[in-house]
Amino acid sequence: MNAPVDADVRLGIIDCDIHPYMKPGALNQYLPERWRNHVVEYGKFNCGIYADRGTYPRFSPNTSRRDAWPPGGGLPGSDVPFMREQLLDAYNIAYGVLEPLLGGNTSRNLDEAAALCSAMNDWQAHDFVDQEPRLRASILVPQDDPEASVKEIEKRAGDWRFAQIQLGSKTSEPLGRRRYWPIFAAAQANGLSIGLHIGGTQNSAPSPGGWPQFYIEDHHMLVHSMQNQAASLILEGVFEAFPKLKVCMIEGGFAWVPSLGWRLDAHWAKMRDEVPQVKRPPSEYMRTNLWFATQPVEEPENPDDLRQVFEWIGWDRMVYSSDYPHWDFDDPHLAFRFQMTEQEKRMLFRDNALSVYTFR
Amino acid sequence: MTIDGAIDCDIHPGVPNIKALLPYMDEFWRESFVARGIDGFDMMSYPLGAPITCRPDWRVKGERPGSSLPHLRRDALDAFGIGLAICNPLTGGQVAVSETMGAAICSAVNDWIVEHWLNQEPRLRASIVVPAQAPLLAVEEIERRAGDKRFVQILMPAACEMMLGRSYYWPIYEVAAKYDLPIGLHAGSMYRYAPTSGGWPSHYLHDYVANAQLFEDQLLSLISNGVFNRYPDLRFVLIESGVTWLPGFIWRAIKTWRGVRAEVPWVKRSPAETIRENIRLTVQPIDAPRDTGVVERIVEQIDSDRMLLFASDYPHWQFEGDAVLPSGLSADLLQRIRVDNPLETYPRLKETVQ
Repeated sequence: MNAPVDADVRLGIIDCDIHPYMKPGALNQYLPERWRNHVVEYGKFNCGIYADRGTYPRFSPNTSRRDAWPPGGGLPGSDVPFMREQLLDAYNIAYGVLEPLLGGNTSRNLDEAAALCSAMNDWQAHDFVDQEPRLRASILVPQDDPEASVKEIEKRAGDWRFAQIQLGSKTSEPLGRRRYWPIFAAAQANGLSIGLHIGGTQNSAPSPGGWPQFYIEDHHMLVHSMQNQAASLILEGVFEAFPKLKVCMIEGGFAWVPSLGWRLDAHWAKMRDEVPQVKRPPSEYMRTNLWFATQPVEEPENPDDLRQVFEWIGWDRMVYSSDYPHWDFDDPHLAFRFQMTEQEKRMLFRDNALSVYTFR
Repeated sequence: MTIDGAIDCDIHPGVPNIKALLPYMDEFWRESFVARGIDGFDMMSYPLGAPITCRPDWRVKGERPGSSLPHLRRDALDAFGIGLAICNPLTGGQVAVSETMGAAICSAVNDWIVEHWLNQEPRLRASIVVPAQAPLLAVEEIERRAGDKRFVQILMPAACEMMLGRSYYWPIYEVAAKYDLPIGLHAGSMYRYAPTSGGWPSHYLHDYVANAQLFEDQLLSLISNGVFNRYPDLRFVLIESGVTWLPGFIWRAIKTWRGVRAEVPWVKRSPAETIRENIRLTVQPIDAPRDTGVVERIVEQIDSDRMLLFASDYPHWQFEGDAVLPSGLSADLLQRIRVDNPLETYPRLKETVQ
């Protein structure tokens, strides 16, 4: 079944990163009683230090823009009409991909994770996409339980309301390791891309050097977590095993992409005997299997340096994302401070995303 | 290609096994190592047989990589026309979980490097190897060596017990500032935490590549924790960190600082200014394809001719033949990288050269 989207809408922008939040109690109707009780008693039992919040206190309430609080009440990102007005209509967004960051997949209790992911998938579909067909949901999966993850993917794969499978840039093992391969197999088999959004579990310290003290450090280090997932997927041979797999790296920036490619190539040339599964120079997989969502756009002192980065990565790899309603929202009209041709604009704001996602 | 009088800021004399270090230990540790049969302190960060640890044509069968002074002279000092070279010994003493055992090994390595390398070859200088596991013991070791001006730097692994901006380490920075000794952070880890925030990779190649992200993390830590507010003249040298990641990192750091600088109100300057003033990087590896114009563009983006320091990284395998310098650098910049920048970074080099 295809979505009820008007043909003209296809000329608009595709936004790969919109964060939906919940109205109070919104999940209850989608969660079986056993898990409703469990969440009340034990919460989302993740690897953090606090029962009800992340380790690093953010810098604005709900990490959000001050003007994103809906006039009718509730959290930023929880009110579809206001999101329509402030984002979708204001910027002519043709499709917007929802990226819930609500911790469903981070519970150490795998059964709890599966129940929360499934409920959050229902919640996105009913409370958002059914209300606003320009939006698309992400399939959340309890990634440390591949069997349950595949079950959830199969359940949603034929539903037009879901555009991708979401994983986090922080996982309990590097994403290329084989425990996650059933997820990649299901993604490839169903023609679904992986949206790899920064964040995720906290099984490991945010840095190999330990625990940062401040949000300003932790926030930036998330970018480094994305770099390591790119390296892991390539070096483990995931894209040799699943050559059609598409991975879109979301909210990890992109200025690091050329350098990581050069570094991987330089050292692979010497140590490729350790990774015989890597058949081509690692940077080549970045040009065939990875896409990069732009927000938060790096801001070089000389804006044209960013154009150079686009050219090094390849214009066809870049997709636009806003991160609405978060504080570091990128306005599509203001975020890129260098000249683009009409063709480049079309690729960045729409066409490239059409080759990542199958919008139906 | 010969580089006259270049200053090589990163060479690695191969640290021998414990038996060779026993003469430099006190009776307790001599007795302990022997009675307990303890040896094998080569670091996971550089497995002896791994390709990176020794360039194939520099490897000598049956010898530890970099363990021969005649070979160092032939393959690096003479081959590349090196005027001075800074020895950065990599030893398990730097990563041991026992503070006092680590300190005993580090101290022995410092004695050993004086006797077997510095006293034998006037072109050599060295870093002080310290037990960063225990900053107060590290300070004692620095105080013990500071009088010998051939020690020009304090050497620490890039990943230690905690992020390096934490006040836990400030006693080391205090004594570094007192003697105007730069802190050299060398690629490698105590492995107290997983090598990535997503856990333990399957391959050494990934661990090695991930060092670049680790260096980025540590720069954030040093700046955000106010290390350069307290020690404005202290320099950190990132050794074997790679180079091409730096511009993108700086852009991201500026953007994040603009957004949330009120969290760390003492950080009043843009991270870019602090990095250009207080941070130096060695140029092997640089991590760019040769002869593609990439190095030229990266150097423009770094926008400082003061930050890069010449290094061969001998005997680590970073380049082929005599291509010890990255391609595409101007003659003026090469002069700065080879001589001027090292002399500015390591004040003691001037004091010990006629």
